[in-house]
Amino acid sequence: MLDTVFLANELLPALNRGLLVSLALIIPSASLGFAGGVLLGCARAFGPLWLRRLGDAYTALIRGVPLAVQLMMIYYALPKFGIFFPPFGAAMTSFILCTAAYQSEYVRGALLSIRQGQIRAAQALGFSTLQTITWIIIPQAARRALPGCGNEIVYLIKYSSLAYLVTCMELMGEGKVIASDTFRFTEVFLAVGAYYLAMVTLASLLLRRLEDRFHIPGFGMR
Amino acid sequence: MNQQAVLRVEGICKKLDGKSILDDCSLTVNRGELKVLIGPSGAGKSTFLQSINCLIPPDAGEIYLEGQRLDRADTAALCAFRAQVGMIFQDFNLFDHLTAEENVAIALRKVRGMNASDAKDRAQNELARVGLARRALLYPAQLSGGQKQRVAIARALAMDPKVILLDEPTSALDPELVGEVLAVIRDLASGGMTMVMATHQMDFARALATEILFMERGRIIEQGAPETLLAEGSNTRTRDFCLRLLEMGA
Repeated sequence: MLDTVFLANELLPALNRGLLVSLALIIPSASLGFAGGVLLGCARAFGPLWLRRLGDAYTALIRGVPLAVQLMMIYYALPKFGIFFPPFGAAMTSFILCTAAYQSEYVRGALLSIRQGQIRAAQALGFSTLQTITWIIIPQAARRALPGCGNEIVYLIKYSSLAYLVTCMELMGEGKVIASDTFRFTEVFLAVGAYYLAMVTLASLLLRRLEDRFHIPGFGMR
Repeated sequence: MNQQAVLRVEGICKKLDGKSILDDCSLTVNRGELKVLIGPSGAGKSTFLQSINCLIPPDAGEIYLEGQRLDRADTAALCAFRAQVGMIFQDFNLFDHLTAEENVAIALRKVRGMNASDAKDRAQNELARVGLARRALLYPAQLSGGQKQRVAIARALAMDPKVILLDEPTSALDPELVGEVLAVIRDLASGGMTMVMATHQMDFARALATEILFMERGRIIEQGAPETLLAEGSNTRTRDFCLRLLEMGA
């Protein structure tokens, strides 16, 4: 039985509130995490050896530890060293750190896939190193990295639901509270699932648009 | 001598992993000359050409463009030098993310500082010169090998190079596409373009080369006019090599 009163008066307002917090988490985390991933990816592809090692170690650590554990460390362990984060800040920080590590992997792969001949041709025409990177390497690498980076954004949308572990009241957190109060676990989490599905669908659509917009014959299959 | 040396390269040496790839290679090209490098695979022809514009930095040797010595440590001077020396690669190396027209125009804009519409006009002219005016808006993936190499030639020509280095420009092409590229190079030669070309196309070399340089194991071991080196009974390594190429049906 669909309880419209519960839905309209309790569940949806709470979830909408949570959705706004989720979006406030996801959008900056995705942007800053992507920017961090590009820097980290460049460092890991072209940096001096020590920087590459450092970047590799960071990525190995982040990829090797569950995000839930990282969240706990940032929220509960860092205060022991005098670094305090509010729940929202802790969640956002850990998402940025995590997504940057994964994004750097896509960026690094894309950079390493640029054929040496492209760089030689640019040099032979008199391009400086900076011009070669700006006009040849980045436009090509961005196209190669886009599908992977988009995928990571889709993941981020879903793993943002872990923020409730550190009492950040986003979509999942709001759902959890209502479910515990009313014992309507099925309805609540069906609705929460639908919210995430809608966000992911929208993001996928936008990413597909972006891919089409930058599509060039010879890059990718379509 | 009223002929002016456009490019003079002296004593180029290159070692890789302790193995000598180029050993004291020298070359002088005067205006309007076509010098052809021939020799077996692995002789160092390609390395020699790429070390002339320092894509492969030589360990020793001097490079002069129109009498001016190149200071390889000065990156700005090196870029300026490269912008005046065209390079054609065996595997074309067109920029995959740019159309034929943009491939030709990009260096005009970014290196020469030309504005977009002038660069576009110039690119159109150069593409027309190699017979590809109607392919201007296609991407490299949509062009045949011969067309790609002609775009690469147009890209080099647009920079008004003082000399063009061609590294086996037809080796990666299907046999039926070789002709269209050689025809373009032949036009350049008859138009007085100064060129250094590594090739296995002996008929082409014999017909058009001012001088043939035969390379083996990193050294230039013979050089001279084609009619001398390839003369009946001349008993040169060059002639021997060419006869073997002919026997293989090349």
